[in-house]
Amino acid sequence: MAPALAGLVVFTIVPIAWGFLLSLSHAQNTIHVGHFIGIRNYVDLLTDSEFLRSLATILAFAAFIVPTTFAISLGLALAVNKLAKGRAFFRTVFFIPSAVSYVVASLVWRVSLFNGTPFGFANHLLSMFHIHAISWIGTTSPPWYWLVLITARLWLQTGFYMIIFLAGLQAIPPSLYEAAAIDGVSGGWKLLRYITLPQLRATSISVLLLNLIAAFQAFDEFYNILGGTGSSVGNVGLARPPLVYLYSLAISNQDFGRGAAGGFIMTALIIAFTLAQKKLFGLGEAHNE
Amino acid sequence: MSSVDNRQGRLYHDKIGIVDGVVDTPSSKSAAVTAARRGRRRGFDMRYVLLSIVAVLFLLPFYLILRNALMTDDQITSMQWSWFPSAPHWENFRDLFADKSTSMLTGLMNSAWIAVVTLILQMLFSSMAGYALARIPARGSNIVFGLILGTLMIPSAVTFVPTFAVMAYLGGVNTLWGIIAPGVFSAFSIFLFRQFYLRFPTEVEEAGRLDGLGYFGIYWRLLLPNSTNVFMALGVLTFIGSWNSFLWPLMIGQDPSAWTVQIVLSTFLTAQTVHLSQLFAAAAVAIIPLVFVFLLMQKYIVEGATFSGGKE
Repeated sequence: MAPALAGLVVFTIVPIAWGFLLSLSHAQNTIHVGHFIGIRNYVDLLTDSEFLRSLATILAFAAFIVPTTFAISLGLALAVNKLAKGRAFFRTVFFIPSAVSYVVASLVWRVSLFNGTPFGFANHLLSMFHIHAISWIGTTSPPWYWLVLITARLWLQTGFYMIIFLAGLQAIPPSLYEAAAIDGVSGGWKLLRYITLPQLRATSISVLLLNLIAAFQAFDEFYNILGGTGSSVGNVGLARPPLVYLYSLAISNQDFGRGAAGGFIMTALIIAFTLAQKKLFGLGEAHNE
Repeated sequence: MSSVDNRQGRLYHDKIGIVDGVVDTPSSKSAAVTAARRGRRRGFDMRYVLLSIVAVLFLLPFYLILRNALMTDDQITSMQWSWFPSAPHWENFRDLFADKSTSMLTGLMNSAWIAVVTLILQMLFSSMAGYALARIPARGSNIVFGLILGTLMIPSAVTFVPTFAVMAYLGGVNTLWGIIAPGVFSAFSIFLFRQFYLRFPTEVEEAGRLDGLGYFGIYWRLLLPNSTNVFMALGVLTFIGSWNSFLWPLMIGQDPSAWTVQIVLSTFLTAQTVHLSQLFAAAAVAIIPLVFVFLLMQKYIVEGATFSGGKE
């Protein structure tokens, strides 16, 4: 127990304390705390248009990815759950992308699936309908790169949440459906509306939460899909989420004070959204349990 | 196939404590439910059509990796799309490892080492701490547990810059242990082990105590051999997470000698001139071990994923 605790302290609690002090320090090119400047790092960041833009970017991203992941993973779980044949097959096929890294997915999405040249797969499909090749990542009108970013994450994480929903579905007592049938309730929609979805409340809340927290911390696919080649910055500017911005602040510009302050702002944001979500979905919770 | 399915179903039910007999097998369904089901018969076939379309979309990226990995660069960039390489170019894999500039072999070895060490140490530390928190009455253990719960809720976004500062202070930049260390201590794993050991029958421990075993003896001789399922479930997720992690190795492993396979791929991807066939061969090499682990251990991964979902 002692080693685990010491480790937790060194790698979680010390960094948080150190980070807090760093966020109050002028720490350019140094990891040392000491040159205290009050809340200036926070003020600087919150008036930094680049940082504000990154917050807007991540909110837009979360507003897309959270509901779509939720809907698709729930839909797949409902479709797979009671299959007579091929249940294990479909479950495996949908779940297996969870084993793939964001880097590999970014690679396939950027270089093959959504390659801007005619030999990209999406453009090949379009050419069959005589549609000209689209520069998926390089254009802002329309902003196709959102499609690239969102589909990559959907592919990677939908199966994982589907598994969580499947576990939730399995936990619903069959007697509820039997009772409904005896009461003459038939038709999938009514059962879904009055039994399945209310029974999935706890599962749904944790799927939404996990998904939202993960979305706010997006880094890998933005870095790898939009990142530059060679020494150019590439298309990073199109959509730069906070973590990518903080990474460049802390690692490229060596401004650890502001980097740490940004981390705390992100945490405040995540906690605010978590609480808001609890409040929103927590209503009537006592009613159900 | 279906026997695996049933076992899976039982796993879920065990967890929430439903007696096996109640699990919905076709025989236990009342006639009324069967009748209600029959009403949906027409929608039934549609489900397979829909699921098959989604399945093709989900498998498409794997197909693209294999297709491109076995073609020449010219075939990949050809205006004339071909679904399969005329003859598989296996030499792409040989060239990938022969090409010193990509350091693929170093990346693979670093990743394997990091994932294995993280896996072993995290499981060991977390299970010990979880057991201690669940069973050893000690002053302050509530405070410790509160701390652990607190760190559970802190997103890594808040800690990545300061953890880097701590690591730079400790001299861990550009070392493998610097990449490994923070991943070894997981509040989440400690929490899950504690929950697991809380439900562990105390009779086993009492028997051990009568035989003269101390806390460590009980943990090592009695609890460890009886918690294989939790170890497997968390272990596989830890291994996959470690192998696939990107941001932390990117910050710590700035020198090519400390690159993991993900960093090698990312660097390769953003290089000035990209050898497309080798890039996809590299992607294939990076996911093949995981896909195997995944298929072999799927039962445990499902359990682990379900645990994560239950976390609140």
